[in-house]
Amino acid sequence: MSDSRIGLTRDEMAQRCALDIPDGAYVNLGIGIPERVAAFVPEGREVIYHTENGLLGMGPPPEPGEGDPELINAGKQQVTVKPGAAYFHHADSFAMIRGGHLDVCVLGALQVAQSGDLANWSTGAPGAIPAVGGAMDLVAGVKTVYVITQHTTRDGDAKLVESCTFPLTGLGVVDRIYTDLAVIDIVDAGFQVVELSPGVSFEYAQERTGAELIPRE
Amino acid sequence: MINKEVGSVADAVADVFDGATVMIGGFGEAGSPIELIHALIDQGATDLTVVNNNTGSGEVGLAALIKAGRVSKMICSYPRSTNSTVFPDMYRSGRTALELVPQGTLAERIRAGGAGIPAFYTPTAVGTPLEDGLERRTFDGRDYLLVHGLTADFALIRARVVDRHGNVVYNKTARNYSPVMAMAGRTTIVQATTVVDVGELDPEVIVTPGIFVQRVVEVADPAHESELIAMGATYP
Repeated sequence: MSDSRIGLTRDEMAQRCALDIPDGAYVNLGIGIPERVAAFVPEGREVIYHTENGLLGMGPPPEPGEGDPELINAGKQQVTVKPGAAYFHHADSFAMIRGGHLDVCVLGALQVAQSGDLANWSTGAPGAIPAVGGAMDLVAGVKTVYVITQHTTRDGDAKLVESCTFPLTGLGVVDRIYTDLAVIDIVDAGFQVVELSPGVSFEYAQERTGAELIPRE
Repeated sequence: MINKEVGSVADAVADVFDGATVMIGGFGEAGSPIELIHALIDQGATDLTVVNNNTGSGEVGLAALIKAGRVSKMICSYPRSTNSTVFPDMYRSGRTALELVPQGTLAERIRAGGAGIPAFYTPTAVGTPLEDGLERRTFDGRDYLLVHGLTADFALIRARVVDRHGNVVYNKTARNYSPVMAMAGRTTIVQATTVVDVGELDPEVIVTPGIFVQRVVEVADPAHESELIAMGATYP
């Protein structure tokens, strides 16, 4: 697309999100761009990563040839453990999630509504195999839910909308959205722009959003 | 004297009957009791309801059981993965039904079933398509859904070490669903890399106490699903 150079790259979106991960937080990162947040958490902050298949203290991928097929993350990729890590079973893992013990999760999105509704598990396409995993549990239980997503689809359709047309993952669950064009909070009145990416005007972001944006003060 | 060890995986699954509900431990390949599943394929039981997070990969293990036409229903949270073609074909042709359950709800339904709790309320899936058919109730201003505990006729588990009383130690994230499935299975069968004598395991490190386990069988060198798939293996 002609405007493909405007706005943040995927890594820059992850890097921007990482600035908002506080020291000492217990964090669950979704598959895809959210996973990249771990690489950008600022020096000096200690963050403990949870992966819902049963590990706190997840580390980066192993060196080639040193992995264990029985040490994986929720995306079924091999990982390592950091000092202080702990293994636990699935019911305990989701007790951490549902019970409000995790501080932050970062997820991808198909659509986010101005009310904070999230759709990220199914396009509802006929014939598709429905698969939900832990997304509905995460949004129902984690204290702060961040979304990282491109502002629009590849076809240019808005992903930030008045109300979701795809099947919902949760109602009113999203706190903040990081897109290539802006950082946006969900507030009572809707999409509150927190900051615009370098070179992005409010009007440019508004044209690519399916609901009204609220400008910064 | 209690000795739950049996001589072979074939002996371990010999009484699985047509129409049984079978919980199979594992998240992806981690913790998948491949040798017990292959023994179940050989044994021939059919019309099974299988509970697992996924639906298997390639044409080994759980995917092979589904491909063999033995599974009439899957209860799972994520029936999709790389190398997963068997289940989509069986689902679309109507030969294997699907009950889709959010992952944490699935784990807790299994735990509740094993703990004698018939049903519980959870906030997960309120307002989503997976709420359909469930009772909604408000507690302290928040909405919850009533879901039912799950039990099974058999649970198949993969572990690192087990003793002859059935006390189990797992390996890393291969633990996943196995401890709660061991609780929820009326007959829980554990395959372990090592079977040790009673007294060799430190009581402080046992994850699943033997009361939840009925049979143990040693599989000294268990296969890994990804390695079988990389070799192009199929089963049978």
